[in-house]
Amino acid sequence: MRNPQLNAHGELQHLLTIEGLPREVIVHILDTAGSFVGITERDVKKVPILRGKSVFNLFFENSTRTRTTFEIAAKRLSADVINLNINTSSAAKGESLLDTIDNLSAMHADMFVVRHASSGAPHLIARHVEGHPHLHVVNAGDGRHAHPTQGLLDLYTLRHYKQDFTRLSVAVVGDVLHSRVARSLIHGLTTMGTPDVRVVGPKTLLPEGVEKLGVRVFHDMNEGMKGCDAIVMLRLQNERMKGPLLPSAQEFFKSYGLTAEKLALAKPDAIVMHPGPMNRGVEIDSAVADGPRSVILPQVTFGIAVRMAVMAILAGN
Amino acid sequence: MQLPDAEQLCTSLVSQLRAQVTPDTAIVGIVTGGAWLAERLHRELGLTTPMGTLDVSFYRDDLGRSGLKKQVLPSQVPFEVEGRPLLLVDDVLYTGRTIRAAMNELFDYGRPARIDLAVLVDRGGRELPIAAQFCGARLDVPAGKILVLERDDAAGGGLVLQLSAQRRKPSAAKGAGK
Repeated sequence: MRNPQLNAHGELQHLLTIEGLPREVIVHILDTAGSFVGITERDVKKVPILRGKSVFNLFFENSTRTRTTFEIAAKRLSADVINLNINTSSAAKGESLLDTIDNLSAMHADMFVVRHASSGAPHLIARHVEGHPHLHVVNAGDGRHAHPTQGLLDLYTLRHYKQDFTRLSVAVVGDVLHSRVARSLIHGLTTMGTPDVRVVGPKTLLPEGVEKLGVRVFHDMNEGMKGCDAIVMLRLQNERMKGPLLPSAQEFFKSYGLTAEKLALAKPDAIVMHPGPMNRGVEIDSAVADGPRSVILPQVTFGIAVRMAVMAILAGN
Repeated sequence: MQLPDAEQLCTSLVSQLRAQVTPDTAIVGIVTGGAWLAERLHRELGLTTPMGTLDVSFYRDDLGRSGLKKQVLPSQVPFEVEGRPLLLVDDVLYTGRTIRAAMNELFDYGRPARIDLAVLVDRGGRELPIAAQFCGARLDVPAGKILVLERDDAAGGGLVLQLSAQRRKPSAAKGAGK
């Protein structure tokens, strides 16, 4: 079967997931992002490459950071950006997802950036717009499935600080079970040839069979930290604290919160990443989050360049 | 067809430019051939302002036809553009679309006092009202051919002009007319 993200010439038509994305497509995105980083430091932080194009941000699920960075990225490419908060619009009146898409297509949209609570919603939209080859869909996070631009910006950050994926040990720590960020990053890391990818967390927060993704599983964080080049902390969603998966936030912090002591077990130049928003004192200690090894804020800056690269490449295909 | 010697054209450009540049002049080369030529001119003219390079991919007018190329290099403009005389350098002047893109990009860094254009070869075929103030040679090149500057880094960085057939995208629908 043809990869639904690629067009007949093997070029990126939609960005739905990192899983199955050819290595050279990932490298093209990261390289292009590299040239966008400089633009955001200029006087005029814009290039005209998407001038006249309309980018629709369709957020069926709340998000401030991702929506904002997509909006900034599109605007720096000179696109017109239309933000739709679906909760307050037609969906609330009972319009179906595909009817919404048909209506927006009729308004001559060029790109849909989709965030949805259901895994697979962006796929469904991409399949639905197949008859419009100029229309591109970007997955901005769907259910527990994928968050490809976050995975790509994590890859960009790792490459920026550590250069070569083929020598890295990367630990992904925390609530892997509910994390689309973790899934996207793990697929990206294995595609890029990272030899040692680890997931660290309690049994209740790791998906069953996670080792089939090509990762090593650690339930003891101290063990999981040893010799790591990078530690990716995942957000522990407060709403899940009340369920049966976890005893308490304090308990979780004791076992799996990243503190200076645990970080000391990793390589001395190991970097600390977090997709945000952070729960200080739950999965990460403030001293680490604000410390010299933290690259959490550069991740946000790189995220804009990576999203610019994705949109620029899609628009050209 | 017989192509002129790029090294000789380069020498001729240097002598044309010597009387024109001021201590303030900044030189900007368009990646890749124009940047090699700019590097050479910058050295031979003894300019003190560091040179700049532009990759105009994000400013092109044919993204929808040919897509984004694989390796876009970050543009480097390591000087204040505002109020400065600029010498824009490219290897071959053809339709003028690359120069338009380059000028648009330069203006996003500031308002230059003036921009002059120096090229190694003007092959005619303009589609925009753009002209080079300094030019190594004028040459008639058949429309289907691509003329570019190559640099032989293995043999001391010598510059050589090369003619090749039109590159085509596999996608016929998009590649048409490119």
